Amino acid sequence: MFDLTGKTALVTGASGGIGGAIATALHAAGATVGLSGTREAPLQELAETLGERAHVLPCNLSDAEAVEALPKQAIAAMGSLDILVNNAGITADNIFMRMSDDEWSRVIDVNLTSSMRLCRGVMRPMMKARWGRIINITSVVGVTGNGGQVNYAASKAGMIGLTKSLAQEVASRGITANCVAPGFIETAMTDKLNEKQKDGILTAIPAGRMGTGDEIASAVLYLASQEAAYVTGQTLHVNGGMAMI
Amino acid sequence: MSDIADRVKKIVVEHLSVEEDKVTENASFIDDLGADSLDTVELVMAFEEEFGIEIPDDAAETIQTFGDAVSFIKGAQ
Repeated sequence: MFDLTGKTALVTGASGGIGGAIATALHAAGATVGLSGTREAPLQELAETLGERAHVLPCNLSDAEAVEALPKQAIAAMGSLDILVNNAGITADNIFMRMSDDEWSRVIDVNLTSSMRLCRGVMRPMMKARWGRIINITSVVGVTGNGGQVNYAASKAGMIGLTKSLAQEVASRGITANCVAPGFIETAMTDKLNEKQKDGILTAIPAGRMGTGDEIASAVLYLASQEAAYVTGQTLHVNGGMAMI
Repeated sequence: MSDIADRVKKIVVEHLSVEEDKVTENASFIDDLGADSLDTVELVMAFEEEFGIEIPDDAAETIQTFGDAVSFIKGAQ
């Protein structure tokens, strides 16, 4: 349905469940993809599965210099950079009264600050091309809040504010910036929950099930497409109805 | 007029879609030529490309007029 032939996309956190699904969907629509993540082995594996038009670009997102270099490496590998998907994210949950400065800054640095740095790094090529798509993967908890995740929720709410402001600055240049906000998705992150926690969550989801990485990827694919050119500064919630915002 | 000034003027005229005679020595990109702040960033990018130089952000902020741009580029080469 959506054709990304000739477009190039950089996806962070591509070694994870959602990131891998996003990279696969963009690739299937014809895009050349740059797969970034900290662990090289799963990235290589995904690149081999995808075949042509896939480049492995390992990067530690808590290393500021490495983050600054990543867009340049992506352009060197793919020739251009049309679509940026900031998907990488970490958690360091704790009740607020026990949350350490370290837990706070690790999550803010990787989730929010590295996203900002990557957005900044892709601005020049996108401005020149008069075309660009920035898609930041936030979370339902960035809007609703979630006990035990003050740091994570703050980082995800921060991404929404960043995206809206950036969208206003660059809309006249053919660049859109949007968020996709997953609810509970079957990934390694949600596998850590025990059965009781999962049951509790499911009762709060009208759809009665967790979502899949592919369902997030479909939303990203839409926002990356030419068809979504008039959609900017938005947060697309993909959560089975658990929060209707 | 020097070659540099001609090339800078060409970029400004094309990018801001203004008449050539409006681009005078003291013409301010924002106040006189209708640029917004993003246009000024793009102009600097275009100057960098045309002249093969790098214009750091703090220097870019001092380039307010056509004359500023020409003299900065002359100094940088």
